Amino acid sequence: MAGSIQDTFFEECEELLEAMDEGLTAIEGGDHDSEVVNAVFRAVHSIKGGAGAFGLDELVAFAHKFETVFDEVRANRLGLDTKLIQLLLRSSDHLSDLVSVARDGGSTDEAHHDVLISALEEYIEEEEEELVFQPMGLGGAFEASPIEAEKERTYNIRFHPLKDMYGTGNEPYFLFQTLADLGTLEVQLDDSELPGFDSVDTDESYLTWKLTLTSTESKSAVEAVFEFVEGLCELSIESDSDAEDEANALAALDAAFGVMPEEGGDQVAAPFEPPVSAAEPVAEPAVAETAPAATKAAAPKAEAAKSGPNPTLRVDLERVDRLINAVGELIINHSMLAQQIANLDVADLRDVETELEGFKNLARDIQEGVMSIRAQPVKPLFQRMARIVREASAATGKTAKLVTEGEATEVDKTVIERLSDPLTHILRNAVDHGIEQPEDREAAGKGRAGEIRLTASHRSGSVCIEIKDDGAGVNRPRVKQIAIDKGLIPPNAELSDSEIDNLLFLPGFSTAKEISNLSGRGVGMDVVKNAVTALGGRINISSTPGKGSTFTIILPLTLAVMDGMVVSVADQTMVVPITSIVETMRGSDDMVNNLGADGTLLSIRGNFVPVCDVGAALGLETSGHDQPPGVYLLVETETGQRSALAVDDIHDQRQVVIKSLDGVCGNIPGVAAATILGDGKIAMILDPESILAASPSAAAFDTERRMNNAIAS
Amino acid sequence: MQSQAEAKYDDPEVKHAQHSEFVSFTVASQAFCLKITQIREIRRWSPVTILPHAPADVLGVMNLRGAVIPIYDLSARFGLQQTEASERNVVIVVSVHGKPVGLLAESVSEIISINPDDIQDTPPVDSRNTMDYIQGIISHEDTMVRIINLDAVISVPEQVLS
Amino acid sequence: MKTKVLAIDDSRTIRNLLAAALEEAGFEYHCAVDGREGVDMYPDVAPDVVITDINMPNLDGFGVIEELRGDDINSKVPILVLTTESAPELKARARNAGATGWITKPFDDASLIFALKRVTGAAA
Repeated sequence: MAGSIQDTFFEECEELLEAMDEGLTAIEGGDHDSEVVNAVFRAVHSIKGGAGAFGLDELVAFAHKFETVFDEVRANRLGLDTKLIQLLLRSSDHLSDLVSVARDGGSTDEAHHDVLISALEEYIEEEEEELVFQPMGLGGAFEASPIEAEKERTYNIRFHPLKDMYGTGNEPYFLFQTLADLGTLEVQLDDSELPGFDSVDTDESYLTWKLTLTSTESKSAVEAVFEFVEGLCELSIESDSDAEDEANALAALDAAFGVMPEEGGDQVAAPFEPPVSAAEPVAEPAVAETAPAATKAAAPKAEAAKSGPNPTLRVDLERVDRLINAVGELIINHSMLAQQIANLDVADLRDVETELEGFKNLARDIQEGVMSIRAQPVKPLFQRMARIVREASAATGKTAKLVTEGEATEVDKTVIERLSDPLTHILRNAVDHGIEQPEDREAAGKGRAGEIRLTASHRSGSVCIEIKDDGAGVNRPRVKQIAIDKGLIPPNAELSDSEIDNLLFLPGFSTAKEISNLSGRGVGMDVVKNAVTALGGRINISSTPGKGSTFTIILPLTLAVMDGMVVSVADQTMVVPITSIVETMRGSDDMVNNLGADGTLLSIRGNFVPVCDVGAALGLETSGHDQPPGVYLLVETETGQRSALAVDDIHDQRQVVIKSLDGVCGNIPGVAAATILGDGKIAMILDPESILAASPSAAAFDTERRMNNAIAS
Repeated sequence: MQSQAEAKYDDPEVKHAQHSEFVSFTVASQAFCLKITQIREIRRWSPVTILPHAPADVLGVMNLRGAVIPIYDLSARFGLQQTEASERNVVIVVSVHGKPVGLLAESVSEIISINPDDIQDTPPVDSRNTMDYIQGIISHEDTMVRIINLDAVISVPEQVLS
Repeated sequence: MKTKVLAIDDSRTIRNLLAAALEEAGFEYHCAVDGREGVDMYPDVAPDVVITDINMPNLDGFGVIEELRGDDINSKVPILVLTTESAPELKARARNAGATGWITKPFDDASLIFALKRVTGAAA
C-alpha cells in the first residue's frame, strides 16, 4: 500500500514539477499575476507535503526553503527581479533533480545544493528554525518513554470553556471521551456559575467541569487531548506526581519552543503551561496583517477554474500497450482472413467482402481510438527543454531564451520520450554553436539575448518539430573544410549550400574547434539523426548566414502503424513508406540511360533522376535477372534531391503494423523496421533515405552530376 | 530413439536430484545439447525473411506468434559449413536475455539425462571459435555430446549486426 | 454507523495517504480536490468531520472554513486543517476563522485518528 502511494506521489510530483515549470516560465516571461505565483507556490508546497510523508528529508528541506521564498513573493514582501527569477528557475531545476534522486536513487551535486540553499536563504528575512516539520503537540502523547508510561497516577483537571470555543466546533463531550480512553475518568459538572434562567446569554459559557483521570499516561499525553482548545478555555491539570512530571514538562516545553518561530509564538504556543488562561482572543493583529494578501489572492482563483479540466482516467501504460498490440494483431488477422477468403474458390464473395470491409473499418476505428490514448501533448517535453537552454546559456556565458509554440500538439508517448535526447542535443548545440556571444550579437545589430524557437505542429499526418535559432547560422566554408579534413568528402566535392549544412549529420562530425564540454559529449548530430530515424522520422537543417539555423524534424503521428507500398525486391516482399514516395511508374527500356560504368539514370518527362537498385543497395542477390527492374518508385530526399528506387514489382498499398527490430538485430542500413503481412510472413519496412545513402550507383551519380555541374558552370 | 529417452526417464535409479535434462541435436553431423529449461519450443524450419547486410550465420527473422525473432544458423556460428536449410531441419527457440531467438539445427535427437559430475571440460583443440561456444562435453552412448554455452553463442542480440 | 470524513486536499498523495489511513481505521472516506469542490460536495456527503488543506486552488482552506461556518446548519461541524506549517500563525488564523483543530503534515495514522477522536469522539 505504502509503496503504491509513494508511486502516486512521484507521479504527482511530475505533474507538480510541470505546473511549477509552467508557472516559472510565465513569470520569466513577465507574468507576475498572483494566481501564477500561487500556482507555483502550491506546486512546491504539495511536493514538500508529500515528500514529508515519505521521510524524504533532503527534498523537504529544499522545497521548504524554496517555498518560503515564494511565500514572500506571494505576500508581496519580495519583488520579482531578474536575479530572483533566475534563482527560482535554478531552484526549480534542482528541486526536479531532488525528486529524481528520491525516486531513482543517486545523488545531486552537493555544492550546487548548498549554493542554492544559501542563495535562497538570503531572501528569507527571519531565518526560521529547521524543524518546523516535526509533528507537534502529539509527539509527547505517543513518544512518552515506557518507564514513565507504566506508572499510574491521578490527574485533577479543571476545564472551563470560553464562549469562543463553541465557535470552533469543539465539543467538551468528545474531549472527555478521548480522555476516557487514557484511563478511568470521572466527570463532575459545576454549573454554579449558571445564572438564573432569564438572564442566560446563550452565547456565553457558564459551565465548568471537574475531571478526575486515573491513567498511566504522561501529563503531556493528557495535555495533548486539549491541544485544540488551548486558549479557548481555562484549563488546569494537576497530577499527584507533579513534581516529577514538571521536569518532563519543562523538557517538552523547551522542545516545543525550540521549534517555534518567534513571532506570535507566545500567544498560542504555550501548551504546557498550566493553568492556561486566555482571556484574549487568539487572533493576532500582527499576523493577520499579512493574511489579506493571501486571501485576496485566493479570490480570483474561482475564475481560473472556468471551464475546468475534463474528467480523466489514469491507466497503467502497459494495459494500453497490450490493447495496442491486440489491435495490431487484429488488423493483421483481418488481412490474413481477407487473403484466405480471396484465395477460396467461391463464386460470389460479395456479401463476405462487404462484411470484411466493415470488420476492417471497425478495427481501424478501434485502433485510432487506442492510439489516441497514447497521444500526449508535447508541453512537458518542451518545458524540460527550457531548462536545457538555461543550463547551456549559463555554461557558455551566452544569453538565450527559449520560446515554445504549439505545446498542445499531441504526439505518441514513446515519440515524446525518445525525442528528449535529440532535442536536448540540438538545443545545446544551438546555444553552443548557433547563438553568438552577447557582444558579437550587438555588433551584428541583434539583441544581446539570443532566441531559440521550439515549435510543434501537425502537418498532414505527421508531426513537425522545429528548432529555430537566430544565431550566426552554419559557417559553411568551415563545415566544408572540416568535412574535407576529416575525409568525409573528397576535396574537390561540389556541394550545394543545403548539402553542406547536412554534412553536420555525418558520423564523426564536430564543428567546435575544441570539444566544448557542453554539446561535445562524444555524440554528434549523427546520433540525433539516428534517433530521429529510429522513430521513423526525418531531420533536416536549413540555415541563413548571420540569421540563424532551423532544424526540422518530421515524425510519424504514431509508431504503431503506417501506410506502406508493398513491393518485391530480390524475391523478398518489402514495404516502402508511402510518405516518402512521390510517384510510382512502370519502367520501359527507353526511359533508362546508363551513365558511367554502373550509374543508371531514369528519364522522367525530360528530367534525369538517378536510379538506385534496392536489391543491390541492400546487398541481396538479384537472382538471375540482368534486365532492368520493372518498377520505379520516385522518392525525394531531405535535400529535395529526387531518386528512383528500382524494385521488381509493386503489389498494393496498405496499412501495416510496425514491428521494431530493436533487440532483434542491430541497425540495418536501409531498413527502418519490420511488419507482419497477411500471410504471416515478416516483411522489412525500408528507409529510402538510408538506401540511397548506401547505394553505390546513386553515389556514383552524385559525383557525375557534380562533375557535370562543374563543367557547366 | 524416443523410446530410449523414455526408458531412461522412467528408470528410478538414474533419475535422482542432481540430474539435469538436456535436449540433444545435431549440427553439421556433430552432436550438441542444450539444457531443456533453456528451450522454449522446437519448430520445423520454414523459410525466413532475409535481413539485408546480415552476416552468414544470421539467416533472417521469422514470425513467432506476432513477435519478430532472429534465426541463427548454428553450424555457421560454430565455424562449420553453412546449413542448407530445408523442411527436415528444425528451429530451436531459446530465450536469451528474456528475448526469443531461433537456432537452426539439423535435427533433434533425444532427451538425455546428465549427471553434472559426468560433464568434462572441453579439451583444448585448435578450433578457437568452437571452443568459446562449448562449455563442456559428455559421453552419451559412446557419442561425444557438446554442451552449448548459450550466452556465448548469442551474446547480446543488439550486437548481432554491428 | 461509520463516521464520515470529507477530506479536501489538492495533493493526490495526501488524499491517498488520508484514504489509506482512514479506511484502514474504519472511517467512511470522501474527498474533494479543492476547496470549491469540497464546499459543493458538503451538503451531499453530510460528513461528521471535515479535513481540509490550506493552500488549494479555487478556494483555500480558510475559504472552506468561512463558507462552512457561515452556513448556520453546518456551523458546528468539526473542521480540521492540514498544515505543514506548524507555525502558530496559521493555526491561529484557522482557528480564528472557526477551525476546530489541525493535523500537522506529515502525519502518522495514530495522530490522525487521535485528532479525529478529539473532535468527533469517534475512533472510527
